[in-house]
Amino acid sequence: MKKNFLYSTFIDNDSVFAFIKAILGVFFAFFVVYFILLATGYKPLPVFAALFKGAFGSRRGFGETLLSTTPLLLGGLGFAVAYRCGLFNIGLEGQITMGGIAAAFFGFIIPEINPVIHVFICIIAGIVAGGIWGFIPGYLKAKFGVHEVISVIMLNHIAFKIAAYLVSMQGPMKDKLDDMPASPFISDSAKIIRIMDRTRLHWGIFLAVGVAVLIWLLLFRMRLGYKIRAVGKNPFAAEASGISIKKHIVLTLAISGALGGLAGAVEILGVHYRLFAAFSPGYGFDAIAVALLGMVNPLGIIASAFLFGILRSGSVFMQAMYGVNKDMVSVITAIIVLFMGMSVPIGIMLKNRIKRNSNGTVD
Amino acid sequence: MAAIVKMQNIVKRFPGVLANDDISIEVEEGEILCLLGENGAGKSTLMNILYGLYHYDKGEIFIKGEKTTFSGPGDAIDKGIGMVHQHFMLVPVFTVLENLILGSEKVKGLSLDLNSSKKELEAISDKYGLEIQLDAQVSDISVGMQQRVEILKLLYRGADIMIFDEPTAILTPQEIEELYKVMQSLRLLGKTIIFITHKLKEVKEISDRVIVLRDGKLIETIDTESTSIRELARMMVGREVLFRTEKPEVETGREILNVKNISALNKRGLPALKGLSLNVHEGEIVGIAGVDGNGQTELVEVLTGLRKISSGIITIDGKDMVNKSSGQFLDAGTAHIPEDRLLRGLILDFPIYENLLLGFEDKAPFAKGLFLDFNKVRSWAEELVKNFNIKTPGVNVNAGTMSGGNQQKAVLAREFQRNPKVLIASQPTRGLDVGAIEFVHERIMDAKKEHKAILLVSLELSEIMNLSDRILVIYEGEIVAEFNYGEVTETEIGLMMAGGEDK
Repeated sequence: MKKNFLYSTFIDNDSVFAFIKAILGVFFAFFVVYFILLATGYKPLPVFAALFKGAFGSRRGFGETLLSTTPLLLGGLGFAVAYRCGLFNIGLEGQITMGGIAAAFFGFIIPEINPVIHVFICIIAGIVAGGIWGFIPGYLKAKFGVHEVISVIMLNHIAFKIAAYLVSMQGPMKDKLDDMPASPFISDSAKIIRIMDRTRLHWGIFLAVGVAVLIWLLLFRMRLGYKIRAVGKNPFAAEASGISIKKHIVLTLAISGALGGLAGAVEILGVHYRLFAAFSPGYGFDAIAVALLGMVNPLGIIASAFLFGILRSGSVFMQAMYGVNKDMVSVITAIIVLFMGMSVPIGIMLKNRIKRNSNGTVD
Repeated sequence: MAAIVKMQNIVKRFPGVLANDDISIEVEEGEILCLLGENGAGKSTLMNILYGLYHYDKGEIFIKGEKTTFSGPGDAIDKGIGMVHQHFMLVPVFTVLENLILGSEKVKGLSLDLNSSKKELEAISDKYGLEIQLDAQVSDISVGMQQRVEILKLLYRGADIMIFDEPTAILTPQEIEELYKVMQSLRLLGKTIIFITHKLKEVKEISDRVIVLRDGKLIETIDTESTSIRELARMMVGREVLFRTEKPEVETGREILNVKNISALNKRGLPALKGLSLNVHEGEIVGIAGVDGNGQTELVEVLTGLRKISSGIITIDGKDMVNKSSGQFLDAGTAHIPEDRLLRGLILDFPIYENLLLGFEDKAPFAKGLFLDFNKVRSWAEELVKNFNIKTPGVNVNAGTMSGGNQQKAVLAREFQRNPKVLIASQPTRGLDVGAIEFVHERIMDAKKEHKAILLVSLELSEIMNLSDRILVIYEGEIVAEFNYGEVTETEIGLMMAGGEDK
């Protein structure tokens, strides 16, 4: 009974397999980079040590690690929710952008008020804006059968262009007193408070972890999540049992986009305090890797977002110490993603082997 | 006659199961040998060993008197052994001809020399009466012809021992007849056929000898002539099997399902139902007989909210149900046993308890506010597993790992739990063995006793004949004939099914 409880509470049936795959993927990525470093004339082990030292070795470094973990975690959760419904939301970068725009707007347009209320308003604005940016491809898919990958790519570009226009020279959100292509700074009451001296770390990280738990509950404990997973695994059976495919596609993409919007809002309110055209350095795309490495399970995503946070913040120190270009970290990320993707065929191969062995007993 | 294949003392062990327990068989040249057994009896395992797909733990194999060991199907093919699998291995976008020569193409300069192969293949096709259109694209030809293409492929590669793995499971009655003809001509021309099946009727119709397997053991080798279906069933299942489910006397009550003049399109946008009408009363089983593809699938989808109608009336217990959603149909009191349990019935990657929950997730006692009480779901699932005798190590096991019979029991368990007014059962025994069929039929009779209205759609005519109080014959989207139980013979219905006569 106890084993059953553990089994079904934290793990679904495929996740032991996925976990091994994830660990192997990370290991393999470092393994490959080890040889790349060797071949390019670096000493790999000290470089790796610098990577981790950068991420953990100082107060500031650790703060930066958790700081970039935050949007990666929220974005990863957004990708995971959609993925569980059989949808591939590569539009998170656009949804993050829209969330950031909305949060920035309410951040500077409202003068100093009660900070709790102000932050709350801005965050809700970000969630709604991102949610709308997710709802649109969901609606297009449900109503007209437009594939979500196509529509979100276009919506990404639209979002980037909107952001760029808003803070351009003639843009309505441009700060007239500043030459920078950026919006005015948000009111102090809209800023998310920092939680660690001499770092930029703010309480958004706790919010993100809380949201991860919430999304876990949604997926594995709530009625809605059960239906989302049912549609994702077999829409035909779900439909036959009275679960509307279209409704859940729209709803899921809206939730997914809302999580992106939240990530964008938190970035603006906690880090930048104003809107730039490209304030998100690709968090929405890294979110895909985060979610896949995290076995599309919110609890796994907490761990993988943290790992990606380490890589992002540690890479700066690594570059400073050894002159290894910090894009080497992108190579690690890429190899992890490649391995996670590659292991789909590997997984099928393994499963077929198992099946071949057990089929004789079933047929 | 000499034994062309001899398998001696074959033992094959899978983790936790002894799939073949010391099995010895002999196959004589030029015979049709049936390998009969329930799902899981070990017949496919034994044949996969003969075909070189599995290695065996113990035993010896002799082909044409010569001791042989196979390291893979390639070796078996070299020895003249061929296998027609349940799932065809054809490239849908290639023509039949291109499929047949795939892997042994003849080349003329830079281009393929299709003509010489074509002549050769045509000759073989004619010799055995396969009637194959070599130039047709595989995706355009019927399942029956695809199967014959597989047969031709084996002949082209020189097979003289042919293994058929449950070849009739996917065929219509007409196609089965055609397959039998092909098998007869193969035998006449000296080929040896091993036929894997769990259908007793087929054994009697086509085979010369039968080998019965049960739980991995050889039960009996017997001449088909000297045995009966009843005896074969007993050997296969290990107990007496009732072939006629007891038909309870039930008073029929008020009309529950009423369908008038409905028309609907199929998924390709062509008319599938053309002004079809029917009704079903409480305590009544109405059977829909017909050849596959005459609108049965669409009818069932329309009656479960999965397909829209363009005109007509549907009511359930007086309530208008035209173009309502699948959820609204469930709420109005329908339960649905889908024709394809893997597609519509179950979510294979979900554990059993989550499969049993489908359609109940918003209902008490499982729904608690926004949440689901999974402890309740699990204990309820355990109870259903017990009541419906579903064989599984536990309710956390994925549905995809269960056998077909147990999967169907799970679907049944869930649908009966809905306590429906009307049960729409579409091919409820497709692909099941006799034991499981008996179980399904008994449950349907139980539903009748409970005064449910039941619409039974099946391609198995004998199933329709045995269970139904009224039989409707569907042909090209219309009901073309109606009979009461016992008023009609199988031949008469067969004629109507083929659209042969008017009302």
